[in-house]
Amino acid sequence: MRQPIRVLLAKVGLDGHDRGVKVVARTLRDAGMDVIYSGLHRTPEEVVSAAIQEDVDVLGVSLLSGVQLTVFPKIFKLLADKGINDLIIVAGGVMPDEDVVELKKMGVSEVLLQDTPPDAIVKTLTRLVAERGPR
Amino acid sequence: MSAYVPSVELIPRIERGEIHAIARLISRAEAGIPEARAALAQVYRRAGRSHVIGITGVPGSGKSTLVATLAARLRARGSKVGIVAVDPSSPYSGGAILGDRIRMSDLAGDAGVYIRSMATHGAMGGLAQATLDAVDVLDLGGFDAIIIETVGVGQDEVEIAKASDTTVVVSAPGLGDEVQAIKAGMLEIADIHLVSKCDRSDANRTLTDLKQMLTLGAQTAAKPEWRTPVIGVCSFTGQGFDEFLTALEGHRGASQNTDIGRRRRLAIAAFRLQKTAENLLIERFTQAAAGLRPVFAERLRLRESDPYSLATDLLAASLK
Repeated sequence: MRQPIRVLLAKVGLDGHDRGVKVVARTLRDAGMDVIYSGLHRTPEEVVSAAIQEDVDVLGVSLLSGVQLTVFPKIFKLLADKGINDLIIVAGGVMPDEDVVELKKMGVSEVLLQDTPPDAIVKTLTRLVAERGPR
Repeated sequence: MSAYVPSVELIPRIERGEIHAIARLISRAEAGIPEARAALAQVYRRAGRSHVIGITGVPGSGKSTLVATLAARLRARGSKVGIVAVDPSSPYSGGAILGDRIRMSDLAGDAGVYIRSMATHGAMGGLAQATLDAVDVLDLGGFDAIIIETVGVGQDEVEIAKASDTTVVVSAPGLGDEVQAIKAGMLEIADIHLVSKCDRSDANRTLTDLKQMLTLGAQTAAKPEWRTPVIGVCSFTGQGFDEFLTALEGHRGASQNTDIGRRRRLAIAAFRLQKTAENLLIERFTQAAAGLRPVFAERLRLRESDPYSLATDLLAASLK
């Protein structure tokens, strides 16, 4: 029995735009992954706690509200406090190029912007999980 | 945990209620990692303390919302609550979208609640293969009540009755008449019947149909020691939940140190044994038959033989 890659897709804060994250959820499902969707308006605390309970391989945070430089430091702080260091963090959405550089410095593995083709999302996640190895 | 932590080393941490360790062992059970089997064996031997509550019903009957309200009520009484929510995998891609958490978002900030979403990965019967392993791990992790929410089921997926101490069948109003209610299958397995969305005007009709169905069977009931209650609930207003919680406790009381309880636990153990043996057999057969299967299938396509004979030969060749 081969276990599919588990992904938590999350929307954080006052951002009601979930069309994109639902398309991504569907894409990953069709690629054979187990996708958990958080629903809208979650806090960083709720998202991190859900990621740990669900023991997902990848936490994907979708942001279309411009608050990435506020949200991701909180997520990394919470993960560090809980001693979690094998969770792959991916960001998605619309944001300026300089923020992408900042997020990668922080530890975000990939930033998949709005023009990323569906199969590139699948390939990226598959590669990141393979690079991490078994756990 | 960047390096692979051996599964048996997770056990003391699970016993301390560490969520990360609990979640990791459940993942390994789900992945069927052979290394985890010894640890799961230890877990099984030491578990058996929690009240396992199975919640089942048709899709859209309100199971997830009801589980959220039930969990909040149990929390208010000081119980730690574990939830294993099963959703279907796609028969095409094998992938799944697990959405039960969304309905349980009010529980998100509570450290005394653990929610795990699980895909069926092809398993029939309403549960996933690793559901019961997950229940054992949560049991050892100190969760007093463990709620299993099955996939939305039809009429025939009744495994939950052989996997839970108390089985709750949720019916929604407006989905059928009194003939639906006397059919065999799902309605027979209930220890507690709930009619959800009872703020709707047609809920009384469903309550009446179910109650009548139960009186028809009064003389021949399979469970004479326990009178299955029919309770109308509304998960948003909390209506009916006091009665529901009383019924849950009553059923648990009727199952402890009684013959009916011992019989139930024996049936659960027998089911677990059968399921595990089946899974092992399928795993062995699938691996061993992989080479021969295309050859046999080709012979079947050409109608050189028949399905029954070829399957018998394939089994004999694979399970020597």
